[in-house]
Amino acid sequence: MSRSDLTRLTMAAARDGLARKDFTAVELAEAHVAAMEAARQLNAFVTETPELAVDRARAADARLAKGEGGAMEGLPIAMKDLFCTEGVRTTASSHILENFIPPYESTVSANLKKAGAVMLGKTSLDEFAMGSSNMTSHFGPVENPWKRKSDPKAKLVPGGSSGGSAAAVAARLALGATGTDTGGSIRQPASFCGIVGIKPTYGRCSRWGIIAFASSLDQAGPMARTVRDVSIMLGAMAGHDPKDSTSAPVAVPNFEAALTGDIRGLKVGVPKEYRPDGLSSEVETLWNDGIAMLKDAGATPVEISLPHTKYALPTYYIVAPAECSSNLARYDGVRYGLRVEGKTLDEMYAKTRAAGFGKEVRRRILVGTYVLSAGYYDAYYAKAQKVRRLIADDFAKAFQSVDVILTPTAPSAAFAIGETDDNPVTMWLNDVFTIPTSLAGLPGLSLPTGLSTDGLPLGLQLIGRPFDEETVLKVAEVMEKAAGFTAVP
Amino acid sequence: MSLDKNRVRTIANLARLEVRDDELDHLAGELSNIIHFVEQLAEVNTDGVAPMTSVANMELPRRVDEVTDGGCQDKILANAPEQQDGFFLVPKVVE
Repeated sequence: MSRSDLTRLTMAAARDGLARKDFTAVELAEAHVAAMEAARQLNAFVTETPELAVDRARAADARLAKGEGGAMEGLPIAMKDLFCTEGVRTTASSHILENFIPPYESTVSANLKKAGAVMLGKTSLDEFAMGSSNMTSHFGPVENPWKRKSDPKAKLVPGGSSGGSAAAVAARLALGATGTDTGGSIRQPASFCGIVGIKPTYGRCSRWGIIAFASSLDQAGPMARTVRDVSIMLGAMAGHDPKDSTSAPVAVPNFEAALTGDIRGLKVGVPKEYRPDGLSSEVETLWNDGIAMLKDAGATPVEISLPHTKYALPTYYIVAPAECSSNLARYDGVRYGLRVEGKTLDEMYAKTRAAGFGKEVRRRILVGTYVLSAGYYDAYYAKAQKVRRLIADDFAKAFQSVDVILTPTAPSAAFAIGETDDNPVTMWLNDVFTIPTSLAGLPGLSLPTGLSTDGLPLGLQLIGRPFDEETVLKVAEVMEKAAGFTAVP
Repeated sequence: MSLDKNRVRTIANLARLEVRDDELDHLAGELSNIIHFVEQLAEVNTDGVAPMTSVANMELPRRVDEVTDGGCQDKILANAPEQQDGFFLVPKVVE
């Protein structure tokens, strides 16, 4: 097989090819390393680890030869640069961690390593995972491999915050990649780049060793090119971890076995509040087509109401900055990271943090500090926590009558770098359909089902009950077959 | 409510973020815009609603209070900007 044939395989096909000895894990790794090096103009990786990849592939070949291969033995993946990796620089795409080399491995990346996955490098993200465009990275924007038909020269964003991971998978630089999702950071870039991404239920994957943004929302998940591939990878990432007190002590099912192709009799909720004024007609058509596909497969669409949907964005933009301001208090120039000297300890802190954090991160720290400050806590933070419960209750009520919910993933296709205005609230609207799921802690998956008139991928989102990723994946696979999305960048 | 320059200066100090005087006006505008946006929550009736502090429907697990880790001073200091004799170094705090 040629190198470009190897990089076009799905994870499942590569796994089968390795088992049949059609090629070796080293050949597979080398093909992806070459692709990664040839695609540097995308700026998808902050740190490439080609030697490590080939070493791990060699070890994978040895285990495969002995019949001891794990679930992802020899499969090359990219790692979002938010997962601490022992001995490999981990930056969160921030200046303040530019030279940080963790002496420990995150649980999720350790699980993947144990399953035999081969890490190619660390992918770029919005700084500290705060953004929807990957434009806030200290290492510069990442380019989406997709191009507009009308304007092929325009450089489009891959979405964010897991933009480097999404771009790498879409451009065939990796078979899959890890992402993290706080308000849409797996699903929105998956939609922008025409790939599949799932944010599992809060608690499904351990947060230990993932650089924290908003701890009550952060959750890791896989990004890949097919529903089967994200099922394989999620199985390898997930599992209870005593080192994360919010990690759920529940067994990890065989997600791949859930892909039965049979969704007859399932009820699919279609929330009426997800049709805001001004929703683009192509997104609306995509959504209606998705409903029709599920109906054809024997499922029943049911209109549902999630009445507090419009309050999800303001709730998120209190809760997430509040948790961010607390979590990022640790960057003080003392134990790790950047230090800028000052005459006093306080001056050193303030100068270090001003120099180390970018604009969006500083903005969120300030908002979070304000909503948590004395005299304002009840009006903002406590209020948001109450509305958050109402939003979660809306979903719980809906799931009494439906098995899964179908919505668009994002209100638009990928936009161009520099095309947005300066108002941060406009950028936040990208996550209007994904944030409610995050606030409720539910699993959400994005699947590409069509192209915009300008030739760009558009995704639909499936939302499930807590710890029922299996239904989400099963429905997604049926829709994947029906949509027949075969377009490539 | 709108935030003025003094309020922004106070918040920045609480957050230990140095902000230049010539940035204050712009930041006050930006933060006020965000606060106006989130204030729409005031119209939601939340009487009798318990604040949601975690989405994980589980009790916080407990464990025995004992040492389970340690003996890795080198690793802990490995990323320190300044260290000496096994300690982190900071600017002098006590005169």
